[in-house]
Amino acid sequence: MKRTIGHSRAAGGPEVWITGLGLISSLGEGSDAHWAQLAGDDGDRVVDEASFPPYPVHPLADIDFSTQIQRKGDLRQMGPWQRIGVYAAGLALEDAGLAGKRELLDETDLIVAAGNGERDEAADGAVLEALTDAAVPGDAPSGLLNKTLQTTLRPTLYLAELSNLLAGNISIVHGVTGSSRTYKGEEMAGVSATEDAVRRIVNGQGQLFLVGGAFNAERADLTLAYELCGALWHGPFKSVWERSGEGGGFVMGSLGAFLVLESDAHAKARGQKPYAKIAGVASGRLRRARKENGAIHRVDALLDGLVPPLDEGSLGVLSGASGVESATGDELSWLDGLENRGSAPAIRAYGTMLGHSVEAHFSAGLALAALAVSRQRFFPPFDNSGRERPLRERAERILVTGWGHWRGEGLAVVETADTQ
Amino acid sequence: MGKQLHDGKGRPIAAITGFGVLTSLGRGKQDNWQALTRGQSGLHTITRFPTDGLKTTVAGTVDFMDLASYSAPALSAAMAADAIREAVSEARIGGRGRFPGPLYLATPPTELEWPQRKALFANVNGDAREGGYWHLLKAARTGGFKDFYTHFQFASVGEFLAEEFGTQGLPISLSTACASGATAIALGVEAIRRGETDAALCVATDGSVHAEALIRFSLLSALSTYNEPPERASRPFAKDRGGFVMAEGAGAFVLESYSAAKARGAKILGVVRGCGERADEFHRTRTHPEGKPIIGAIRAALADAGIGCDEIDYVNAHGTSTQENDKMEYLSLKAVLGDAIEAVPVSSNKSMIGHTLTAAGAIEAAFSLMSILCGTLPPTMNYDTPDPDIPLDVVPNKSRQARVATVLSNSFGFGGQNASLVLSGEPA
Repeated sequence: MKRTIGHSRAAGGPEVWITGLGLISSLGEGSDAHWAQLAGDDGDRVVDEASFPPYPVHPLADIDFSTQIQRKGDLRQMGPWQRIGVYAAGLALEDAGLAGKRELLDETDLIVAAGNGERDEAADGAVLEALTDAAVPGDAPSGLLNKTLQTTLRPTLYLAELSNLLAGNISIVHGVTGSSRTYKGEEMAGVSATEDAVRRIVNGQGQLFLVGGAFNAERADLTLAYELCGALWHGPFKSVWERSGEGGGFVMGSLGAFLVLESDAHAKARGQKPYAKIAGVASGRLRRARKENGAIHRVDALLDGLVPPLDEGSLGVLSGASGVESATGDELSWLDGLENRGSAPAIRAYGTMLGHSVEAHFSAGLALAALAVSRQRFFPPFDNSGRERPLRERAERILVTGWGHWRGEGLAVVETADTQ
Repeated sequence: MGKQLHDGKGRPIAAITGFGVLTSLGRGKQDNWQALTRGQSGLHTITRFPTDGLKTTVAGTVDFMDLASYSAPALSAAMAADAIREAVSEARIGGRGRFPGPLYLATPPTELEWPQRKALFANVNGDAREGGYWHLLKAARTGGFKDFYTHFQFASVGEFLAEEFGTQGLPISLSTACASGATAIALGVEAIRRGETDAALCVATDGSVHAEALIRFSLLSALSTYNEPPERASRPFAKDRGGFVMAEGAGAFVLESYSAAKARGAKILGVVRGCGERADEFHRTRTHPEGKPIIGAIRAALADAGIGCDEIDYVNAHGTSTQENDKMEYLSLKAVLGDAIEAVPVSSNKSMIGHTLTAAGAIEAAFSLMSILCGTLPPTMNYDTPDPDIPLDVVPNKSRQARVATVLSNSFGFGGQNASLVLSGEPA
């Protein structure tokens, strides 16, 4: 990280209000279900350890996609990843009072954090078998790959695989037709998407945004992608912090998270109440491989750009830590350092409850922060590691962190919005 | 605009102080421009992989980069680095390995390709097979394939370029399909207008012509099957146009705030005056029958630039050579410009370089700027059979000298993302 640009509101300028939330995950659908599971006394996580051994996953709750995606043709042309995203986007639009309102949807700018859609695993398996059954493995006859691909690939599923088609499907299904941008780059895609919206609102380059992402954890092609670098946790489930010292790794969680972000003036003009405001968002790029000196101070500088110096009092932290050993260790030592700056962070690794959702993870953290701020209570500890101390006070300010499992760092501060 | 540092809306002006381009025609904007204005084609019969049994055997692959072995991210990174070097050295900005601004990068789809899947599949003994991906996972768990991972993450190309050129902050990777290159430029313009940076590096690259990508587009019936001769495969706006031709390349722009560029004595090559984007709600691959989002994107670009349509001297068209795109692009231009469209030349670079997909918006913006700087309109080649439904001046088959002050450059993507840019020369 060499230079970073924090984005807090200029005095007197527009504020960034969160006026709609759309969240689906292993815990269910919608704000109430998530609040009940995460803030309630008997909430629990949902983990499937049997379907993808040795990888535990947080499977998506039962969702009737047809309630948000009514046309069968639309459903057919989407893989699970896109359905999750389109569904969550629809919930957010409904929640913000935008669903079905053509004039508002026409001015809504869409920003999606995306990976790839699902590959056809059966087709890929058939191609590999065909290539390997050839007389000399690895030296299949010329044209065999072409022949097999041409007969096994389904053309419509190609579109379902393209990163920008989640955004495309949201436009088609929900009629969101302002500008449309898709960011890529694992966890940092979600940070970039949020930063783009916040910067544009604060600077008067837009007023109304639908921002978020989706992640399907229940797919072998993506499991492979992350297993290649040993990023995944093997074996029985453990919380994010409890994986430390045992090799680390993340547990994937299916999740869709979208937020409607809106300038305060725009929301007031249409009588829409906010959950909270985003007081600032910032990103950086530590050169982790080089073990750069002073890296921690660079993240401090990011935070200083977002909020007034942290003084006494509690700070709620919704950590997007993945559990991957080095990144999570670095983040934890930075969070511990906040105490030296006079703050007493109450940390919650929300990945412990929802799983790690990569491109969608930062948006999920923002959504949970908005919920906690609006309900004037912070979440109880998500594990018994001792890392997460109770916080009795209401949470007026919550720090959301997003340390990418291999690159990039993002921070956002969510606060109570002043609606007067 | 006058000798002002801000545009008519009081925003910092986004000036272009360096740009670079690489296509199947070659390296660098001078060589490319010479070939393009001569009507030379970069399209050729594919040799990168066997084309047995394929309906389409022509593409605009870039085969002259020095790669250890081909993969889409490896080629995309190498081409982008080449274009960036040209842009940065022309702008004479920053220091060695240090660019004083963020990187906005449009990159193609990234995932493991067949050579990697095959290598994983071959790693485990046949009798241990659980089939398909479970077999690949077993190989992955050996830990012996970490380089596949670092290579095929979405952020891989951006991380490499950020490290190589020392751009500031988090590198931004994006995709709006075939509008991506224009989006990358729009992001740089917005950042400069916000005053958050004095410079931005806006880059788009695409090296993804491999067997599977070609077959997938072919199964969508999107590709030209005029394989012989290859240079005749792409026929934008002609009645007998039969689909696009996949191609590769990269484009890079150094954008600076006009005031910062002037203050350091940089030569101003042009300005990005306006950007417009609109999403389509109609269909995944087909455009709205009334062209609503295309019209919206063009109008938004003109409005953003604060100009009337009478100021557009030339349109660098998306012009893919598919039946649908070219017709809808004409109808949309007609809707915005009215009868005046008959007098505005509209040409498609894709007749010679093919459709460079993710990179097209940046490459074609580079050629748009060359038209402004050189006073030449590159032709639309292979225009032998005019389409009576598209009565445009397409600069048929031969380049033309013309004074060009302002260009509209269009990019429309699969999945419904549309973007238009308005570029002009240095403000008088």
